[in-house]
This record gives sequence, structure tokens and C-alpha cells, in this order.
Amino acid sequence: MAYFLQQLVNGVTLGAVYGLIAIGYTMVYGIIGMINFAHGEIYMIGAFISFLTFLLLGALGVSYVPVALLLVLMSTMAFTSVYGWAVERIAYRPLRGSTRLAPLISAIGMSIFLQNYVQLLQGARVKSLPPVIEGGFILMRQGGFTVQVTWLQLAIFVLTLVLMVLFTYVVAATPLGRAQRACEQDRIMAALLGVDVDRTISLTFVIGAALAAVAGLMVTLYYGVIDFFIGFLAGVKAFTAAVLGGIGSLPGAMLGGLLIGLIEAFWSGYFSTDYKDVSVFGVLVLVLIFRPSGLLGRPEVEKV
Amino acid sequence: MSRLAVEHLSMRFGGLVAINDVSFSAESAEITSIIGPNGAGKTTVFNCLTGFYRPSVGRLALERAGTTHLLERMDGFRIAREAGVARTFQNVRLFAGMTLLENLIVAQHNRLMRASLYSIAGLLGLPRYRRAERDAVDRARRWLDRVGLLARADDVAGNLPYGAQRRLEIARAMCTEPALLCLDEPAAGLNPAETSDLMRLVLSIREDEGIGVLLIEHDMRVVMGISDHVIVLNYGRKIADGPAQSVRRDPAVINAYLGEEQAA
Amino acid sequence: MGSGTVKDAALAGVVAAILALPLAGFQSVDLGTAGLGIETRFSYVAIGAGAVFFGRLALAFLRGLHVNVPSVALPRFQGGRLLGGVLVAAAVALPFVPFASRDVIYLGTTILIYVMLGWGLNVVVGLAGLLDLGYVAFYAVGAYSFALLAGWLGLGFWEALPFSGLLAGTFGIVLGFPVLRLRGDYLAIVTLGFGEMVRIVLLNWTNVTGGPNGIAGVPAPTFFGLPFTPRAPHDGMTFHGFFGIAFDAQQKMIFLYFVILALALATNFLTLRLRRLPIGRAWEALREDEIACRALGIDPTKVKLSAFAIGATLGGFAGAFFATRQGFISPESFTFQESATILAIVVLGGMGSQTGVVLAAIVLVSLPELGRVFAEFRMLIFGAAMVLIMVWRPQGLLAWREPSIRLAAAEAR
Repeated sequence: MAYFLQQLVNGVTLGAVYGLIAIGYTMVYGIIGMINFAHGEIYMIGAFISFLTFLLLGALGVSYVPVALLLVLMSTMAFTSVYGWAVERIAYRPLRGSTRLAPLISAIGMSIFLQNYVQLLQGARVKSLPPVIEGGFILMRQGGFTVQVTWLQLAIFVLTLVLMVLFTYVVAATPLGRAQRACEQDRIMAALLGVDVDRTISLTFVIGAALAAVAGLMVTLYYGVIDFFIGFLAGVKAFTAAVLGGIGSLPGAMLGGLLIGLIEAFWSGYFSTDYKDVSVFGVLVLVLIFRPSGLLGRPEVEKV
Repeated sequence: MSRLAVEHLSMRFGGLVAINDVSFSAESAEITSIIGPNGAGKTTVFNCLTGFYRPSVGRLALERAGTTHLLERMDGFRIAREAGVARTFQNVRLFAGMTLLENLIVAQHNRLMRASLYSIAGLLGLPRYRRAERDAVDRARRWLDRVGLLARADDVAGNLPYGAQRRLEIARAMCTEPALLCLDEPAAGLNPAETSDLMRLVLSIREDEGIGVLLIEHDMRVVMGISDHVIVLNYGRKIADGPAQSVRRDPAVINAYLGEEQAA
Repeated sequence: MGSGTVKDAALAGVVAAILALPLAGFQSVDLGTAGLGIETRFSYVAIGAGAVFFGRLALAFLRGLHVNVPSVALPRFQGGRLLGGVLVAAAVALPFVPFASRDVIYLGTTILIYVMLGWGLNVVVGLAGLLDLGYVAFYAVGAYSFALLAGWLGLGFWEALPFSGLLAGTFGIVLGFPVLRLRGDYLAIVTLGFGEMVRIVLLNWTNVTGGPNGIAGVPAPTFFGLPFTPRAPHDGMTFHGFFGIAFDAQQKMIFLYFVILALALATNFLTLRLRRLPIGRAWEALREDEIACRALGIDPTKVKLSAFAIGATLGGFAGAFFATRQGFISPESFTFQESATILAIVVLGGMGSQTGVVLAAIVLVSLPELGRVFAEFRMLIFGAAMVLIMVWRPQGLLAWREPSIRLAAAEAR
């Protein structure tokens, strides 16, 4: 039982990270109808920027943890958002009217470019960071096994929750959110009604990137090690989460993220760590075959 | 030769009822037009007939050479392949990167695949495949000639002017040797001269091929000019069904098009 | 050139500076026991920003000249056939040219492997328009199946080759069956996942695949049973012995070269033929407009499956050759990077164009050889090139679509 709880705690933490990345995928898909293949790399860039900011603050002698965290959070979100914006402007906007294959290939090219860009500038080796937030509390003890929840895990969970609430509010109640939903429904009509479609799409990418940045920061803190390749696998899993939850649905993205995190944690806890990625991927294939609209999504009707 | 019987067709999208209990029939060697104000459900009917939507309720029976095909149960491509229902699209869907000839050869895919024994005979260059390919080219040639595009056979389809693209699409549909030809707003965007050509083409198809033609159209000149039988839809229901002249005078139809003003 | 363009370029430069600042401007530095420190490289940022600034200015200048570099429509490339012939002749002559050292011929075999892979993926992506990001999986199946057949059943290269292709093709069908009705984006990511999963299985299923160490001792191909070794097993006849010439290590390399050349030419012949058959036309029609295909009675799933299966089979053959050339294989050779490289070859060469794929393969494979700088920057350049090509010239560098049938020609037959 205790073991199960521990996997649960780990899974929820992992799920929060995936959920934040998944939101980026689902929002972009909702508004321009395509998968942002480079999104995983944006997350990876967020992780690197947070890592470097920590180092910088350390070198500058900023040691008060809450301040450092705040600074890192702001810096990471700011810079990563610019990356998100740039990716849209360079690789997607020029191709908005073209065939379905061209933006996909452009996206993959962007993904490859960003991966190697970071690899060349930051080196191919794994980077590690000493733990910043340590300690936690014990949830329960059973037969010699303790179920621990670290402060970090708690922080991740709370921060994600806060961001989710904030975000749901933004989409439901603000003009930006309305503009976004309008563009999702009918881009041409929205433009005719005076919605600045370009700006709305850009903002969508920026927000998605910011959330992915937060995920990157969390991962840097949580695992303490990053390398240029983490975006690839995380990207596929977060995309799986978005599809599982229902692509285009925000609560779906979080739900999907949570589920994928739990699946991965339980699989590695009870079966094998080697094949945990295969388990997640298996979920993707099953969902796409049997319920492509996901858990909370709406079935798509083909327009002829 | 072939007969389409639509019985109690209804189509629901979630809460929206697009078509409500529509029944009609289309005979072979007849041109049947479906008309109605925008949003009446005409293209939805087409999409149900040609397998792009699965009808919520209804029986769509196509009788051809003694066999009855129940279209509501068939996969999209099977409707074209087995039942012989061919269609054109509102926004012309040609294979724009391929030539006119290629477009028409692709239409004969199934026949050619059988002849090539799933490519084996083709790869080996066996006579039976070469003969089949020659026949296919002949058929394509005849149709290109008929729509006046023979001289441009090797041109890229995407480069054709709009009116020519429409004619090519019809020729391509005819190359599948259908039992029923469904034309979705074929006259849209055509000038008067092109429209007359279109009318002549459709009439000649009726005369020479003897198949049934089902037609969605807004252009009343076309509808009144060539239809043997007109069906009027409004808000998803059928409000009139009969020969062109009587439908034109039907007060319910006039009301649907002109709205409350006429009543006042 | 007005102030507007300068302002625009300056803005671009500023954005570039912001982007470059964190990742280019800072670098972690190993302080040994003290962990990691940080150092600044602001010069990189300045260079990056400057390059973008001047680049934008240059682009605006060129446009101002109405040179219109980006949208020049290449006139129809009449020399397609001729170029192809020249390339084949050059390829055949390569081993006999004076400067043809072992390394050059080895490079030649590498290029030809990628040409074959490119042609195989071309069937799936270029002709049928299905974005397969996990093509490396079939390459791996071909390689590993040969290695395993050689290890378990003692099959030689020529005996195992058909099986490698068949297994890869079957794999393609099995993989394709559940996913081919998915739309483009989803198909892409699922195939990406498949590729990765195959690699993970190869890495972890140590009992069968040898895990990270892979499988060694893969036999080299023989010339009608004559091996290319100094001495034959059981003192049998060797290649050099049969022809009465001195043993030379180069003979095996030259033979390998001709083997892959033959395989590649066979692939080309098959693909060109298929393109003229109904199945090939259906692939292209599917790429153009799937809905129109359905309306013509064409079963999209079967057509997609056939493209997938044939592409996979060709990849399998290439994999078997790769295994025999190396003598050993490991999962390292079958990463996403490989899939990306092959995709880059197809995209840059012009999807659907056979000659384009050859040229792209030559460029992409030879580039790292030209210098360490190129080797390091290879994937970066690929990625950027893919984006640029899609934005600038989506049909690829050398794309002109040759119709699969012409009226005049058809009637003359």
C-alpha cells in the first residue's frame, strides 16, 4: 500500500509536468490545427535557461532560495516565451495557407534545429545541478517503507494548480481567451469581426511556451540533471497526454498529463523502468485507434 | 437500369437536425435536381449518399443491374466502387499536380488494378495489363474530347481555368463508369456561355450514357432547363417534389425562397 | 533602402540578441569539486545578433533589386534523364578512377545506402504523402533480421536478403495497419514513436538483440559463393584464387560497392515502374487529395498500406546491406537522427524526385567529410534547411513532376 502511494505521489508530480507541456500542444492544435513538433524543444530550452539562471545567481551570490526561485521563474518564462514566439513567426506563420505536409516538415526541421542549437552551444554532456529545494515530509509509514512527499513535489503540485486555475480563467473570461476561442472556431470569421488573428496566435504560442518553461524549471529542480535530448521524449509523452485528454481541450490536457504521469510511474514502479516509455507510447496508439477524440474532446466531423 | 430510392433519411449532428425525414427517388436516364435555400441540407444529402456522412436514420437503396446496394451501410469508397455512385464537389477537387490524362486514368484505378493483378502483371509488362491500360487511355481520350479538353491532355490540371476544371471533374467522374452521377453545384462560378456548355454536357450524358443524374443547383436556368424532376428542401425537410414546371409554381417553394415578404 | 527596412532589421537583430543571450551568452563551466560555475560569451550574442541584422538587410536589398531570388520559378528541367544517366555512369566508374582510395569507395557505399533509403522513404513521403518519422525502424529490422538469420541459421548475405526485405515489409504492414487512417500530424508522431520504441526494444532485449553491444560477426557477401578473404574456410576456393589474382583488401570494398549500386539501381527501376502503374498513380493521387480518391472508389487504407509496405521493404534491404558492410550492428545506428537525416534527404531533394534524392544524399553524406566544422553543424544545417525549403520552395530544390503517362506516348504504344 505504501509503495502504491509513493508511486501515486511520484506519478502526480510527473503528471503535473506533462500536463503543463501538454497545454501548449493542445492550445496550438486548437487554434491552427497542427502539432507543434518543436514544443518539446521549447520545454528543453526552458530547462536549460532555468539551469543557467541558477548558475548565474549562484555566481552572483544570490542564495536566498525563494528570491532565487522567483528570479529563475521570471527569467525562464520570459526568455522561453520569446523562443516560442520566434518559432511561430519563422516556421509556421509563412506556411499558414499551404498544404498539410509543409508545416509539419517545417516543424520537424525546427525541432531538429533547436535540439542541435542547444547541443552545440551548451555541449552534449549531461548537466547537473545540486538540489535547491530539499527536504519534505513523511506521509505514512508501513512495514519499513516510508511514503515521502518532498517540498519540491508539493511546490510543483501547487504551482501547477495555480497556473491551471489562472489559465482557465484567462481562457474563459478575458478578451484574449475569447479571441482564442473565436479563432479556434472559425479563423476567417474572427478576422472579419476584427480579431487580430496573428496576435492571438502569437500569444497562444507564447503562453504555451511560458507554461512549458515552468515545466522545464520543475524538471531541472526535480531531477537535477538535464541534457539537450529531454525535449524529444517529453514531447512525445506530453503530446500523448494531450491526445488522451482530448486534443483541443484544456482540462483534457491536464487530465491527460496526470494520467500519463501515473501510468509511467506505476509501470516503472511495478514492471520495469526500461520499457516505461513503451507503455506511454502504447497508450498513444490505443487512444488513436479506439478513441481519437480523447477523453474530453469532441469528435471531429470531416468537412467535404 | 439503375434507380435510387431514398426513404426517411434523417441526419443529426449532435443536437442539430440537418435533414428531417426526407424521401425521394431518382430514376435512371433522368436528371433530378435538389434545390432549396442555403442551409436547407442539400449538400448533407449528397454527403450521406456518397458516404461522407453516416445517416442517422434512413434507407438509401441503389438498384443496379438487379442488385440493391444499401448505401447507408457502406464505406465511402465502396459506394463509388461497388454501387457506382460518382460525384463532383462544390469546390472542385481535382488532383491539381497531375495532368488531365492522369486524373482520368486514376479514375479507372480499380479496373486497372484488377487487370494488373495488383501490379504483378504490370511489373512484368504482361499483355493483359498493357491492353487494359490502352483501353483506359482510350476511355480517357473520349471523355476529354467530349468536354473539349483533349488538346490539353498533358497539361497540369491545376493550371486549367475554373470552367474547364469543372468539366474535367465531370469527365473524371464519368470515367468511373457510374450508375448514378451526383453533381454538387456544377454551375457555380460559371459564366453564361460556360453554363450553356455544362447544360449540354449533362443532357448528353443523360442521352448517351442513360444513367441517372442527381444535381444540386442554385442556378434556376440550369435547374429549369435540364431537370426532369425537381426536389425542394427547406430547413432539412422536403417541401416539394415533381416536374420542374409544377415545382416552380408551388406556393410553398416560392415562400421558402422569398420568405415572409411574399406572404405579406 | 528606407529607414523602415533598417528598423525592421534592427528589430530582428534585437530579437536575435534576446534569443541568443541565455543559451549562447552563458555557458556552464566545470569547476571540478566545486560543481559548476558560469562564464559569459557575450561575443557569441553579438555575432548572432549582427548576423541576423545584416542578413535581414541583405535580404531586403536583394528584394529591392527585384532579383526576386526566392520565387524564381525554375524552368522545366529538361535534362532530368541526362542527369540521371550521367550519375549512373559516374557511379559505375567510381571505383576505377585513379583517386579512388578505400575511403572514397567506402564513402560511395555510404552515399548509396542513403540513396536507397531516400528512395524508399520517397515512396512513403514523396509519392504517397505520408509523413513517416520512424523510417529507421524498417532499416533496423532489415539489419537485425539479417544478423540474426546469419547467427542462428548460418545464412549468407544473398540468402538472407529477401527475408530481410520481407520481414521489414511485414513489419511495415503490421505497424501501418492500425495507424494509417490517422491524419497527417498524428501519423507523423505515431511513426516517430514506433521508431523510438524499436530502438528501445533493440537496446533492452539483450537476449535476442545483444542489447547495447549489438550483434557482431555478420558475414560479408560472397561472389557466387567465393569469399573475399585471403584464405577460405576449409581451404576452399577464394575470390582472388578463382580469378588468379593477388589478394587485395580493396577487392571486398569494391565488391560491396557494386552490390549496393546494384541494389540501388534495382530500387530505382522498381520505383519508376511502380509509379507508372495504377498503384503508383494512386499514391500520388492520395497525396494530392484523399477525399477525391475516396469519391473515385479508391480504398485509401489499402493504398497507404502498399506504400508503407514497399517503402519498408526497401528500407529492409538497405538495412541488410548496412549490416553486411559493417560486419556488426548496434542500436546506436538506428536513432531518430537517422530518420531525420533520411527525411531531410527526401525533403531537400524534392519529394517525389528520384534524381533529387541522389543529389541531396551526395550533399548530405559528403558534407561532414569536408571538415570537422561541417560534421558538427550537420544536423543544425539540416534542420534549418528543412525549414527554409518549406518556407521558400516547398517542392524541394529540384522538383519538377514528370507525369507518369502522356497522351501522345500512350497512343504511340
